[in-house]
Amino acid sequence: MLDIGITHFLVLSAMLFTLGVFGIFLNRRNVIVILMSIELILLSVTINLVTFSAHLQDLTGQVFSMFILTVAAAEAAIGLAILVAFFRNKSSIAVEDISALKG
Amino acid sequence: MKPFQAPELMPAFPEIFLAIVALFLIVLGVSRKEEDSTTVSNFSLFGLIAVAAVMCRFCNESFTTFGGMYITDSFAVYMKVLVLSGSAITIFMSARYMERQRISRFEYPVLILFSTMGMMLMISANDLMSLYMAIELQSLPLYVLAAMQRDNVKSTEAGLKYFVLGALSSGMLLYGASLIYGFTGATNFDAIAVALQAQDAVPLGVVTGMVLLLSGLAFKIAAVPFHMWTPDVYEGAPTSVTAFFAIVPKIAALALIVRVFMGPFEPMIDQWRQVVVLLAVASMAVGAVAAIAQHNIKRMLAYSSIGHMGFALVGLAAANEAGVKAIAIYAALYMLASIGTFAIVLMMKQKDRMVEDIRDLAGLAARQPMIALSMAIMMFSMAGIPPMAGFFGKLFVFQAAVDAGLYGLAVFGVVASVVSAFYYLRIIKVMYFDAAPDEGLDAATDGRLNTVLVLSSGAVLLFIILPAPLLGAASAAAAALFGG
Repeated sequence: MLDIGITHFLVLSAMLFTLGVFGIFLNRRNVIVILMSIELILLSVTINLVTFSAHLQDLTGQVFSMFILTVAAAEAAIGLAILVAFFRNKSSIAVEDISALKG
Repeated sequence: MKPFQAPELMPAFPEIFLAIVALFLIVLGVSRKEEDSTTVSNFSLFGLIAVAAVMCRFCNESFTTFGGMYITDSFAVYMKVLVLSGSAITIFMSARYMERQRISRFEYPVLILFSTMGMMLMISANDLMSLYMAIELQSLPLYVLAAMQRDNVKSTEAGLKYFVLGALSSGMLLYGASLIYGFTGATNFDAIAVALQAQDAVPLGVVTGMVLLLSGLAFKIAAVPFHMWTPDVYEGAPTSVTAFFAIVPKIAALALIVRVFMGPFEPMIDQWRQVVVLLAVASMAVGAVAAIAQHNIKRMLAYSSIGHMGFALVGLAAANEAGVKAIAIYAALYMLASIGTFAIVLMMKQKDRMVEDIRDLAGLAARQPMIALSMAIMMFSMAGIPPMAGFFGKLFVFQAAVDAGLYGLAVFGVVASVVSAFYYLRIIKVMYFDAAPDEGLDAATDGRLNTVLVLSSGAVLLFIILPAPLLGAASAAAAALFGG
């Protein structure tokens, strides 16, 4: 029988974090997917903190994860609001249409 | 179970007061029917100035409160006064511009107040948790401010780009924080320092976490290679918001970086110094070279600010008391020159329309000699040419690097500074020697902008005569971090 230890949780969280980062950079289609990737990154951090918290027998990590969940909600609200404002001007949320500013 | 003990609130009085003012102003703004936002702006100006005045009560003492999550000392007070005055001057300068762009809403000063509060908490953070919460409190209003001009494609796009990359940077910072917590078992800076000193070799997890944390913070000061959002956001956001971005948040983020890396991670200096040197070299190089190709003055100033952050990071790489003092001086002088420059950018309009091209400045010296002279003073200061104030900022930074034995870095900094002088001097050449077009810029009629411009050019020009107050304050600030 395979024991599920701290390593498994940390690897899972690292994989989710990497998926989130790649989701932001490799995604060519839709801004909503980017918002989902941001949530994925924040949740991977939450898994990390709860794992460490359980491992260290210390509550701080779980308190920290509560704060992250709260901020994630605020961040999603602001992100969607900005996205709606952008959609009204451009009538599109495709990533390749975010191109008015270029250097 | 321990009985609950209320935390000592007095040390955080400035932040609490600012929060109350901001909440009061939201209610006031909503309950007043008229479109005019002058009352709210004036109240927020009053709030910022009052808080800056109250700050002086905490000048020479060091307090920790909220279970060690919040710290205030001379360094914090110095940086907070810079941040507060930067925010106040931005609100003061932007009134007419916001009216003309028809975005004069009461939310603008209120969002600036919330963001300023976040920056003050960043400067005072003494725990990874308060660090994260403060950064988010600072960033979320900034995303909204960038998208303030809701019916403009560029502005909303700037807001969207800033939001996505800012959220990514917060994610990296958090992942780093979680690793640091896991491998040291603490989130409090003092506890992290104790945990790191107890170990002979620093665990790899802490090094990884520290690098991720530094990357997240480098995003906030726009150090290369985490700078890609800066030119787009600076160009797209309304000019008064760009001025705010350029002047204030960078100072808070610099202060936070200094506190984190000269504090808990001081034992890991060998590991972080190479990363900071890399960031500094890359920022100075990109800031010097990429700005040359720009025609839009806001984009050029974006690259210029990237370069300036590179110079400030040289002081951090030195990692000694002289370095921190140099950063404190550099931040103040950079702020001064940016305020003056953006006052002029806010004045740039033709036939009542805002213009942003560097070529629009042609012939300014003949039409409006005083404005051209002030712009020349600002550009000389940014390029670091004596006797302007900017020269002393660079001088102290490079001196600190030489003291720490980082000769290569100092030499590279001087070379980058010479290269970047090219595009600052180009603006002076355009103003003084290029043929004036038929339509020049409109005469500067905004009394507030003129006042700010006169004061900031006076300060930049006369710094050499009376440098003692700033130098003394910066020394005291640096000494506070080194237990002096």
